[in-house]
Amino acid sequence: MLTMPVPDQDTIERRSVIAAALRRIVPGEGVIELPVEMRAFETDGLTAYRQMPLVVVLPETVAQVSAVLKYAHENEIKVVPRGAGTSLSGGALPLADGILLGLAKFNRVLEIDYANRCAVVQPGVTNLAITKAVEHKGFYYAPDPSSQIACTIGGNVAENSGGVHCLKYGLTANNVLGIEMVLLTGEVIRLGGKHLDSEGYDLLGIMTGSEGLLGVVTEVTVRILQKPETARAVLVGFPSSEDAGQCVADVISAGIIPGGMEMMDRPAIHAAEDFVHADYPLDVEALLIVELDGPQVEVDHLIERVSEIARANKATTLRISTSEEERMLFWAGRKAAFPAVGRISPDYLCMDGTIPRKRLPEVLQGMAELSKLHRLRVANVFHAGDGNLHPLILYDANNADELDRAEKFGADILRLCVKVGGVLTGEHGVGIEKRDLMPEMFTEGDLAQQMRVKCAFDDKGLLNPGKVFPTLHRCAELGRMHVKGGALPFPEIPRF
Amino acid sequence: MIAVLKPATETELSDMIAAAKAPLEIIGSGTKRHLGHPVQAAATLDMSAFSGVIAYEPEELILDVGAATPLAEIERMLGQRGQQLAFEPPDWSALLGSHGNGTVGGLVACNLSGPRRLKAGAVRDHILGIHGVTGAGNVFKAGARVVKNVTGYDMPKLLTGSYGTLAALTSVILKVLPAPETEETVVLTGLDDAQAVEAMSLAMQSACEVSAAAYVPGEAVYLRLEGIAPSVAYRRDQLGKVLKRGIEVMAAKSSIAKWQAIRDGAMFAENPRHPLWRISVAPSAAPGMIRVLKDKLDIRYLFDWAGGLVWLEVPPSHDAAAVLVRSSFASGHATLIRAPEATRAAVEVFQPQAPALAALSGRVKDAFDPRHVLNPGRMYRGI
Repeated sequence: MLTMPVPDQDTIERRSVIAAALRRIVPGEGVIELPVEMRAFETDGLTAYRQMPLVVVLPETVAQVSAVLKYAHENEIKVVPRGAGTSLSGGALPLADGILLGLAKFNRVLEIDYANRCAVVQPGVTNLAITKAVEHKGFYYAPDPSSQIACTIGGNVAENSGGVHCLKYGLTANNVLGIEMVLLTGEVIRLGGKHLDSEGYDLLGIMTGSEGLLGVVTEVTVRILQKPETARAVLVGFPSSEDAGQCVADVISAGIIPGGMEMMDRPAIHAAEDFVHADYPLDVEALLIVELDGPQVEVDHLIERVSEIARANKATTLRISTSEEERMLFWAGRKAAFPAVGRISPDYLCMDGTIPRKRLPEVLQGMAELSKLHRLRVANVFHAGDGNLHPLILYDANNADELDRAEKFGADILRLCVKVGGVLTGEHGVGIEKRDLMPEMFTEGDLAQQMRVKCAFDDKGLLNPGKVFPTLHRCAELGRMHVKGGALPFPEIPRF
Repeated sequence: MIAVLKPATETELSDMIAAAKAPLEIIGSGTKRHLGHPVQAAATLDMSAFSGVIAYEPEELILDVGAATPLAEIERMLGQRGQQLAFEPPDWSALLGSHGNGTVGGLVACNLSGPRRLKAGAVRDHILGIHGVTGAGNVFKAGARVVKNVTGYDMPKLLTGSYGTLAALTSVILKVLPAPETEETVVLTGLDDAQAVEAMSLAMQSACEVSAAAYVPGEAVYLRLEGIAPSVAYRRDQLGKVLKRGIEVMAAKSSIAKWQAIRDGAMFAENPRHPLWRISVAPSAAPGMIRVLKDKLDIRYLFDWAGGLVWLEVPPSHDAAAVLVRSSFASGHATLIRAPEATRAAVEVFQPQAPALAALSGRVKDAFDPRHVLNPGRMYRGI
């Protein structure tokens, strides 16, 4: 199990004073301090970890957010921001000595501006609600994380969320035009807007994906797009992951960027087929779904080209969707992969590394060996176009050592991803889950530079501490460090 | 006499920056030296040693290159494999009177994007990784050679467009994308400013996937379509229906030339002494802005990015009409991209920021360059 920073007893003892102060800022039911009522906030999408917060506050106005943060800053109290709590990396895990700041009441769509193709929304609006608000005019919001029915746009900004379509349409960072945010000092600033690019430093860029460590987002302006005219998918089975991987490389080399390109390995195919009966072939090692979207004439043309490439790469089965129902059926198995795995195992850990695609066969091979070593099963779904792997590690939390083994297995998979030139997380964030693995990818010097950026936003280190970085440093100490050759002139600092 | 420091390795670069007692001006090939405020430097930091392709993997959509690699060399190499930098890097050599189109590091440092920025995003949307040395002399890296990555803060975006005021970049990793098989441009004539923006907005709201939309006053609105030939032909017809008017069509060869001219601001190269602004606003705000300015100044202008980018040339004056230009729009930012050195020293080249934001920018500068030795003052005073 990962550990969190030791809570400050003094803060915990001041709990009732802090709650009373927060009530003066957010009246009525906006402050929650009864344990039974705070229970709903004790965990997020990384359910293996639970922690009751010091107190929960649910402000309704920017002025209240500002006053809460200013109070926390002046009184040196930690703050954990939270959207819908769907983070898979523990980004919204509360702290025993920290205020949990929920943005759920910021749930209004403020403006839809079709002429400038953007929407201005509050951070608690769900991802899917943005699309719902504009779809009657044929528009949609492109990033589509699989939790889109529940996850909020504020959380998407914090995590730089992706989805199935991000190879072609980009991550959150590529679809957000502007934000209003509050610094821990209570200062309210605006970055970007309905216009493009930034007049100074790209602070919008650094805020997106900062995992709630730099500021609290109170308004988001997103780009909306006209829906593609049509979409068709091709479902292809391969005798090996090498062949499937080569097919993906050949599609991209042919100049085709599909709307979605997803791969599943044998265990994932079988779990999904048993669950939703999508008529997936069961005698293949890898299954590829390639979706082309755009004008009909283009989609028809490209789907033929993709099919030719697949056949040239030893495809054993190949089906092209001929109706919307059939296309949805192709996707049904993939979209149900997580619950399908949940059906065959009491618990699972969802990992999220990205690798250079060409290294896929050796990574899958390595994972098979690790599976034997840790005595746990693994199923793989894979955003094949951009190399983002989601290994699902199957375990049983009721079995004393299985969570521990699952976490070690997961860490070994991510180490393998980094070893082949990949990264720890493609779209789920570091949070607490991958925090202690950061040194696998970054030198102490790299991490010190990131932490200096944090100091520019949060001089006292009060915003979401214990996430992302494996060690906590005081800002003054970071200022004095000089790094040479990636190494700090300091002995190894103990991790908490 | 200004000294020239020319590090050969990242370690030498780190030592030189750490030892610097006075400001350094970072130079790749020097083509964008006149963007931003003039830098009062004791020495120039010649980065030319950090040149060359480290890795180009077309099927992974990845390019990893030394920061001083000439952009022309990169574009040639990508072209041979049918790929491109999708943000359409401009060539401002004629505009700024410089030789050649500079280095990829300079392009990243200035976050310069062309007409396709509207659809494909800016440099900042295609940067995946960086290596560099901070103003404190610290060597660091961020990002990686994969197209999807959220591990740690997105430092590559922060460094993009920082005009060398935070770190000296030694290498950059960029996402590369397939170049379109063909293109053509739909031409609409006889529109005024407001009608032009309205037509561009309609086109952008359609499913026609317009990859660039510009308006040259007195000439025409241009809407570019890119992709495979049957798709381009189909979308051209659709666009005619959406716009409910007759259209003219420019075939690939003239389309390429037209967009190159728009990208490079070619029409503004004729008057090198006239100050030139690039103003980013909500597209619908562009016509009103021009109406205000036309009454008071003798201007030439062009709308790119469907109206979201206004190129504005003003008559020569000591302050480049900065106050008037910046009062003509409510939200957005104006950057003075061409003016004599004295003017660039006197007026704010980049849009001034609100106090809390300016203070935050200052703290970000200090996080990288606490002694203010890298390009100090290039963007803002005190930064």
